Amino acid sequence: MPTRIEQLFGRLKDQKRAALIAYVTAGDPSPDRTPQIVAALERGGVDLIELGVPFSDPIADGPVIQAGAERALKAGTTLRKVLEMARTIRKTSEIPILLFTYLNPAMRYGFENLGRDTKAAGIDGCLLTDLSVEEAAPYVESMRKAGLDTVFLAAPTSTPERLKLVAQFSTGFVYLVSRTGVTGERTALSNTLEPLLASMRTVTTLPLAAGFGISTPEQAGVVARVADGVVVGSALVRMIGENASDARLEAFARSLREGMDR
Amino acid sequence: MITSQPDATGHFGPYGGRFVPEVLMAPLEELERAYHEASADPAFQAELADLLHNYAGRPTPLSYAKRLSETLGGAKIYLKREDLLHTGAHKINNCLGQALLCRRMGKKRVIAETGAGQHGVATATVCALFGLDCTVYMGEEDMRRQRLNVFRMRLLGAKVTGVSAGSRTLKDAISEAMRDWVTNVHDTYYLLGSALGAHPYPVMVRDFHRVIGLETRTEILRREGRLPDAAIACVGGGSNAIGLFHAFIGDASVRLIGVEAGGRGGQLGEHAARFSGGSPGVLHGTHSYLLQDDDGQVALTHSVSAGLDYPTVGPEHAWLHDRHRAEYTSVSDAEALAGALRLARTEGIIPALESAHAVAEVIKRAPAAKGQIFVVNLSGRGDKDTDIYRENLPELDADTN
Repeated sequence: MPTRIEQLFGRLKDQKRAALIAYVTAGDPSPDRTPQIVAALERGGVDLIELGVPFSDPIADGPVIQAGAERALKAGTTLRKVLEMARTIRKTSEIPILLFTYLNPAMRYGFENLGRDTKAAGIDGCLLTDLSVEEAAPYVESMRKAGLDTVFLAAPTSTPERLKLVAQFSTGFVYLVSRTGVTGERTALSNTLEPLLASMRTVTTLPLAAGFGISTPEQAGVVARVADGVVVGSALVRMIGENASDARLEAFARSLREGMDR
Repeated sequence: MITSQPDATGHFGPYGGRFVPEVLMAPLEELERAYHEASADPAFQAELADLLHNYAGRPTPLSYAKRLSETLGGAKIYLKREDLLHTGAHKINNCLGQALLCRRMGKKRVIAETGAGQHGVATATVCALFGLDCTVYMGEEDMRRQRLNVFRMRLLGAKVTGVSAGSRTLKDAISEAMRDWVTNVHDTYYLLGSALGAHPYPVMVRDFHRVIGLETRTEILRREGRLPDAAIACVGGGSNAIGLFHAFIGDASVRLIGVEAGGRGGQLGEHAARFSGGSPGVLHGTHSYLLQDDDGQVALTHSVSAGLDYPTVGPEHAWLHDRHRAEYTSVSDAEALAGALRLARTEGIIPALESAHAVAEVIKRAPAAKGQIFVVNLSGRGDKDTDIYRENLPELDADTN
């Protein structure tokens, strides 16, 4: 059976629309806020949630998401608690959820357990930022067994051979890192995204979502014209850090959606 | 014969490997290729040997610690004097090697992390020597306790960037250096300072430090006509230890003893003893023993010595540990300080606080080892630690009270 992620991209393809993907750090600012934030984003038109499990040493993240992880950890967030949050979200929503974290918390939990428990919590797939395809075989096997998608990153530095491997290990979609660097808002979009999209299209038919540095409706609109999905993270995490209301988050999501549908 | 080499993808048994964001994978492949080519190039090796000899001061002496040995009344103790190298520690061996590699790869900008500041100083030194732009990341807590080294780096023309995240120590400096590298990978060379991180760093850094053990082996055979019974070194990331150990791995009669920071006590957060207090995990690109909590969050660490204050350890050490080829123990802050004082008073050598951990372990073991020969790697000199010694030995500072 196709996962919610696969169904989503299938549906959007027919509508010729790109997916709006929102990254939020689970438990930021508190575990009980996360399901409310996700609901607000869904009302604003978000199609897929990347639910971040905070890690103590987030080497791929810029200051904004680092601060979000710190807030979440301070609030007592663990992988176990993130799964509870997912279950709460699933009670009222069918929005596809991708668990997004670093390798060590997942490894500590055990891949087998992770596959079983994330699936049971209603999560649809996983992405581990610092797990390279070379090292991924045991993880991918456990996720497949549980019926979860495994999303991997492709980067502007990836060689053609590496892009093939990334495509081979990914299901659901491939996450394109639009530029070298850590997560964070940028005023200008990178010119490395389009060549990366073009190279990736030659090796896979999977949907391609782009992230890193996309934070405004205009930028989301530009990326939506070339990619199958647009990921916005730091801009949201910054608002959450400023205690933005659900209404504000919903309005921001709607502005992104409108920027993409224009 | 027991050997220790990684497989083709950088694994030492279950440890090591390459666990980094995709952005860094191709650059690491490129680095690995460049390193293999360089290490097979006689011209590269000749230039490195010349620099080690004429610039850094190799070979370093193997000093018989006569008064220390006699007052302990047991083993004959030799000190491998890496503290006498230019910049004051073994770190320069690796920095010269990697700087040559950086130049060969055509990169103009170097970044590095540092804990105690010795790697930072050695990196700033080679960057000055080769005319490379240099940025060193250092935790703010380490900048405070190793202030002298911060100034030395700046004097050498390096930019020192303080890191205020997490525990504000080596771990956070490495994370920040990796973020810089992810961002500027096209023109930047990451000169990692210990035998850890993603493949090929653990192998490459080890290879550049192997000279420590090779010299020790030749010299002890010449002086004593036999191999030592034990080779002892402190282990932070583990570069000075693996540099000493590697030449003896095939000699089953030589015990290899690594000394970690026992800090203030056995509770998680109070020490940096990865083998007794940690479990396998992944941090900063490599799979090894890691101090972590039940949820896989990396634990805070403590050591009086900034260079040992780090939650994971080089993967080759993890492998040597599991195969029982090397043993790992720890000594406390207090024992290390006492060891430093004793070495100063018996041998006229003030060691770095990191090296003082190895000295303290020898002081524990030597009395019961009559007839044996111990070799200790004195990986660095103690000038940088003068402020910490003053704080901890106030009675010697009494006239300023």
